[in-house]
Amino acid sequence: MNIRKNIAISENGFIFNPLTGDSFSVNQTGVFVLQQLKNGESNETVLKALQDEYELDAHTAEKDLNDFLDMLKSYQLSENE
Amino acid sequence: MNKRKITVAVTGLNNIDSPGPGIPVIRALKDSSAFDVRIVGLSYETLEPGIYMHELVDKVYQLPLPTAGSAMLKERLQYIVSQEKIDVLIPNFDAELHNFIKIQHELKSELGIATFLPSHEQFEERHKSELNKFGEKYDIKVPESHIINQVSEIKKLEDDLDYPMVIKGRYYDAYIASNYEQASSYFYKIVAKWGYPIIVQEFVTGTEVNVTAIGDGKGRCIGAVTMRKLYITDKGKAWSGVSLEDDKLMEISRRVIENSRWKGGCELEFIKTKKDEYYLLEMNPRFPAWMYLAIGCGQNHAEALVKMALGEDVKPFAEYKSGKMFIRYAYDMIVDISEFQQISTTGEYAR
Repeated sequence: MNIRKNIAISENGFIFNPLTGDSFSVNQTGVFVLQQLKNGESNETVLKALQDEYELDAHTAEKDLNDFLDMLKSYQLSENE
Repeated sequence: MNKRKITVAVTGLNNIDSPGPGIPVIRALKDSSAFDVRIVGLSYETLEPGIYMHELVDKVYQLPLPTAGSAMLKERLQYIVSQEKIDVLIPNFDAELHNFIKIQHELKSELGIATFLPSHEQFEERHKSELNKFGEKYDIKVPESHIINQVSEIKKLEDDLDYPMVIKGRYYDAYIASNYEQASSYFYKIVAKWGYPIIVQEFVTGTEVNVTAIGDGKGRCIGAVTMRKLYITDKGKAWSGVSLEDDKLMEISRRVIENSRWKGGCELEFIKTKKDEYYLLEMNPRFPAWMYLAIGCGQNHAEALVKMALGEDVKPFAEYKSGKMFIRYAYDMIVDISEFQQISTTGEYAR
């Protein structure tokens, strides 16, 4: 998933979407995922990184990541595909 | 850099909970890098807070109410220029603009006061009651609107419009009605306050986004900044907002300003739907009260307006910063009764 280019993500998890004016807070895991996505990593790479970083089983990591990606989409934080 | 000394007269000193744009315009002019501005405040009521803001307003004169007409307004301005030279005048109220537009050429030729106002035709064509035609002319989506003078006409409109529908006054006030009973009650409420006609409008669901902009009257949009309200008062006014980066909204706004050859400041109010469609709800013929946000974003529209009023060419602003917020606050000034007495009895005030 591609994150919109102009989305601002701070290190402490504050996100500002200049298209809508919305702002959000995410936890450290959220920042970890968002930064990977912003760097252009594929969903698969992010999933693997998430598993490694937090020592998760594949099922849990995939479920959590998909939930998070759905949320990003619903808040218009992702590029239109 | 040497700043040019000029005197600018400004109305809209009512910096209250439903604020006029006067004080933000003055603050923008005080921030100008080109001008050293003396401000003449023009007031209608003796309790407009701007009258007593000495750090922003140097001298105040009361004006006759707009209902007195343009001849009375001109007479009062003749008196004011006999007291001091006014280089530029920026009116900031919808209700007074008709008079100022009517005498704008006389103000320049006879009193030496420059303005930068739209033509009478431009002013009229963007009225709420003309929204359908305006949308068609400039290829912009607008909510379906009907002008009515009788409450029974609401029933007839139920064939075309579903509830909820919006019941609006010609100049002010808007209510969302979910059924006929509510719609008819709002009809009478607005008529009692603002008179006929009443506008019945399709309710478009979405997020409200606004634009403060300035046109040069020759088809160029000199500047525009988009904003979403973050906190809205019970009067529907923005108490806080954030500047956006929305290319589509900017493109539509520019199109309105350029194609209508708008001259002066204005505010465009849109609803952005979930399908990313933009519906123009209103075009206000003056800067909005939140226009100071444009300064925070890097565009001084008030300075640009004064330059153009003085006949100077202004380059359009190329960009602005998104993610800039404004947050209003209330502040109690302590004013001696003698100050209030001065404006109340003489119609003039200087510290």
